[in-house]
Amino acid sequence: MYVIIAGAGKVGWSLTRELIDKGHEVTLLEGRRSRYLQVEQELEHRIQYGDATELWVLERAGIARADLTIAVTGDDEDNILICQMARDKYLCERIVARVNNPRNLQHFKLLGIEPAVSATDLILRLIEHEVPDYGLVHLLDLAGDRLEIIEMTVAENAPAAGSQVGDVQMPEGSLIISILREGGGFVPKPSSQIKAGDDVLVVLDPGLMDAITLQFDPNAKPNG
Amino acid sequence: MFVIIVGAGRVGATIAKRMLAEGHQVSVIDEDPLSLEKLEIGLSESWEDAGGRFTLGTALEVEALLAGGIESADVLCCTTNGDNTNLVVAQIAQKRFNVAKVIVRVLDPGRAEWYGRQGLHTICPTQHAIEMIEEAVLAL
Repeated sequence: MYVIIAGAGKVGWSLTRELIDKGHEVTLLEGRRSRYLQVEQELEHRIQYGDATELWVLERAGIARADLTIAVTGDDEDNILICQMARDKYLCERIVARVNNPRNLQHFKLLGIEPAVSATDLILRLIEHEVPDYGLVHLLDLAGDRLEIIEMTVAENAPAAGSQVGDVQMPEGSLIISILREGGGFVPKPSSQIKAGDDVLVVLDPGLMDAITLQFDPNAKPNG
Repeated sequence: MFVIIVGAGRVGATIAKRMLAEGHQVSVIDEDPLSLEKLEIGLSESWEDAGGRFTLGTALEVEALLAGGIESADVLCCTTNGDNTNLVVAQIAQKRFNVAKVIVRVLDPGRAEWYGRQGLHTICPTQHAIEMIEEAVLAL
């Protein structure tokens, strides 16, 4: 695979190393001269100096033949533009973008720049996962593939509380994949009992969120 | 007409003042408090007393756009000093807030041309400068 990575910060540099180790061809782009010189000592010709939001820099890096473009600069506007031009102008099939400020994630989604990864959000979700009774935690969101994994605490008054897994009214396109209870987790059988206070992991089509919430936590407020 | 100017540098501030003088409603969004002072140069009263609106904030912040009145804007001009900011804000204005007219200053002729073809009204001073200077150089 030929990969272009924009931004030779820690993430971009590490990504480049990992992808090269896996046997892919990578070109890294960096617009700051001092950073470029530093990374060039290790990566040599695999890093190019230039602003990745400039068309001629992308073209010089061979964007027309790139299979994947990854934008991990420290600037969200730049990451949006690089991915947008890679996909729309240069017809690059796969893009991945980094979101520096989680509040900008909405702009990435508006313009269809996905997957857009925010380190802050990932860590926040891990924190939420650790807090008991947090409500609904989005563990994994692959919107492009219409796939999401969520974690929910089963409320006392939930229809699913006290039911067997096989009896829960799960909408088509969703599945309970794990029950977490008392510090441990297990993959349930249809006969497994769900108890109030359990955390359930559900894989689902994103459109089914409301139907799922009804089964496990009918009093839940809408969660973003 | 209700005009929003995002980025009140030389171009943005001048246009803002002219639009206000012509009787339009003008709302300026800029992240630098100094830009408000520059707006008031030559005015006999403060920008806000003169009827102008000013919001301090970065335009990627939806709160700043809303505080600036984007939901009722007729026209939005993107004139920050960054092409990438201008292009992203313009698309947010168009696609999320359906602003009827969005004008974007883009210094890079390459991006100006490409985004022009994607449906943004781009204005490229660099392109004009190239043409005018070339004409001046070649003129007898």
